[in-house]
Amino acid sequence: MKRIEAKHLLGLENISTQDIETIIDVGFTFREVLERPVKKVPALNGKNIVNLFFENSTRTKISFELAEKRLSADVTNFSASSSSVKKGESLRDTIQNIHVMKMDCVVMRHPIPGSCLQLSNYVDVPIVNAGDGTHEHPTQALLDMMSIKEKFGKIKGLNIGIVGDILHSRVALSNIFGLIKLGANVKLCAPPHLLQRHIEDYGVSITYDVDELIDWADAVNVLRIQRERMGVGLIPSIREYRKFFGITSERLSRHKKEIVIMHPGPINRGVEIDSQVADGDQAIILDQVLNGVAVRMSVLYLLLGSNDFD
Amino acid sequence: MILIKGLEKNKGFILLKGGRLYEPFLSIDKKNDILIKDDVIVKINKSIKEEKNYKVINCDNNIITNGFLDLHVHFREPGFEFKETIKTGSISAFYGGFTRVCTMPNTDPVIDSPELIKFIIEESQDTPVYIHPIGAITKGQKGLEISEIGEMVEAGAVAISDDGIPVKNSQVLRFALEYAKKFNIPVINHAEDNCLVNDGLMHEGKMSTKLGLPGNPDIAESSMVYRDLAISEYVGGRLHVPHVSSFKSLEIIKIFRDKGVDVTAEVTPHHLSLTDSILRNYDTNAKVAPPIRSSKDQKALIDAIKSGLIDCIATDHAPHANEDKDRDFKHASCGMIGLESAFGIVNKTLAAEKVDITDIIDLFTVKPSRVMNIIPNVIKEGNIAEINIIDPVCKWIFDQNSIKSKSNNSALLDREMFGKVLYSMNKGYILNCKV
Repeated sequence: MKRIEAKHLLGLENISTQDIETIIDVGFTFREVLERPVKKVPALNGKNIVNLFFENSTRTKISFELAEKRLSADVTNFSASSSSVKKGESLRDTIQNIHVMKMDCVVMRHPIPGSCLQLSNYVDVPIVNAGDGTHEHPTQALLDMMSIKEKFGKIKGLNIGIVGDILHSRVALSNIFGLIKLGANVKLCAPPHLLQRHIEDYGVSITYDVDELIDWADAVNVLRIQRERMGVGLIPSIREYRKFFGITSERLSRHKKEIVIMHPGPINRGVEIDSQVADGDQAIILDQVLNGVAVRMSVLYLLLGSNDFD
Repeated sequence: MILIKGLEKNKGFILLKGGRLYEPFLSIDKKNDILIKDDVIVKINKSIKEEKNYKVINCDNNIITNGFLDLHVHFREPGFEFKETIKTGSISAFYGGFTRVCTMPNTDPVIDSPELIKFIIEESQDTPVYIHPIGAITKGQKGLEISEIGEMVEAGAVAISDDGIPVKNSQVLRFALEYAKKFNIPVINHAEDNCLVNDGLMHEGKMSTKLGLPGNPDIAESSMVYRDLAISEYVGGRLHVPHVSSFKSLEIIKIFRDKGVDVTAEVTPHHLSLTDSILRNYDTNAKVAPPIRSSKDQKALIDAIKSGLIDCIATDHAPHANEDKDRDFKHASCGMIGLESAFGIVNKTLAAEKVDITDIIDLFTVKPSRVMNIIPNVIKEGNIAEINIIDPVCKWIFDQNSIKSKSNNSALLDREMFGKVLYSMNKGYILNCKV
């Protein structure tokens, strides 16, 4: 049985390259399981997993829940109101609750960066970061990398572009750490004020020209433009964003080369990406969704599993 | 008076034997014995003969010098006594060698009237330290109208500041800098442009990028330092810049000082000794305002101490209860305690940079005295004994269990310190800081 060194999945910055590769490899095994008539394995039979969501989520939460159920774990869902997070009281209480409830694993989404790492200092069960503010969203990046590997058969040496609001994106940051570790070349494209000033220190290159990105890339990961960024002076208008950074079918048709299009969802059709592109042959967006379940099964199995599942 | 182990009122004679007396206020630096009766220095001589009724403290290899002055502390009283009180804060100060402190006015209520200034001073009467309160620049720290500055000065205030709340309205700051000239006190403005801070939670740099924490850029500080100094120069004011954190602010302070503008500046022990890498595990004890910055900034702060551009050390002692710090990084309170670790960490940092021990002592004594225009009981016959006995090379660990403050929020816990105040004396009290 394969093993990983890490005790938690807090982010891809502080996990070894070997562990990332193992998670992806085991992810492909679970991908096969998901193609079977009976998609459930007894790997985590008797384990209690709590999904703690201090921030709204539909897709990530469903994906984790499905992964847990297909591993035969017992699942508890807990969604805190955002008001309790605003008071800042939640983390301490969370810790005590987990101790009392004797959970075997915590999957946590929280709006504040570092919350999962802080939690791991106090709780001795595995913590899986399902997104901590503008920090990391490691399972999203793992499923993105798994999808790239599925499509190209490798990751090393590929040119991967990421376009969108990089500054506020935990998806981007986890992808950057993971892809660089696995030997991909990463180029970011964003309005200049939506890029971290020091991001190039982490081995990526940047451009403000989305056409340059498309020319260069084998695959482009298109980030969702969060509507809450509009109207606070960050993005002047949808029209302007589309014009300079949108992945439109017209723009793609101007480039001779065909590139793979990815998107973490949910898609704002007609904003950061056109419907024809999202639904077209170049896109692997639905493969990403399926790989999301598989890679989350892999993470939970590797952190918790003692029983062989086959 | 609350009693702690090692603290007592001195009755009778104490002879400090064999120490090096360094008295920067009187330019004395030589071996001297000092005889103290009750609370007063009765004799200073190169050799004083022991008598049977003398309690003798052997000061071989130690330095006898003035009590320290910290011109920037938070004692939280009134209003936040669960974090610190005037009494617990005073004991913490005395344990760190500070015989005088200036308290910031961000209490509840805000210290913005002569009555409240008097309250602080009265509460400090039966503690071993002298408290010199700082009054608020504006009523309620609201930044709108200047408070009764003259009345507060008459009641004992030594400076004005809205503490952690920058005076946003430039015209209000101009009024304050102009009006304060009549009372010959410095104006202290926390320099951070909150629009540029933009909800930043740590220094904007390589580390904030990795941690995904919103960054607070150095220009948030330096641009306001520039504004403050431009106004101060224009009106001939007297500005003191608190807790300078960035290389860029130092550049600006230097430009104005070279032009002859009356500006002073302080640095905290944590900005001087730490870099933003301390936050790699989201340690909320290292969350402070302004944030701890890059190694380039830290080096510039050390250089500014050496060149004299920074006048003195001030701890910005900011006690917070565990529940204020045991939170996610955004909601955890800003600040760390500093009085008890100040000398040990500053001496360690600067000794490694080959700064002489006398220059280090000046940063805690004569230099902050000049900034705030506070004259201590200098070390001479007939004066109250306001004295520290220092071992400049003693190595010790800053341990949570030894902390005398009511709070223990420090990013320096468990670190090795270099140099320690062994005894502090003031107002007839003597504290053995070794126990």
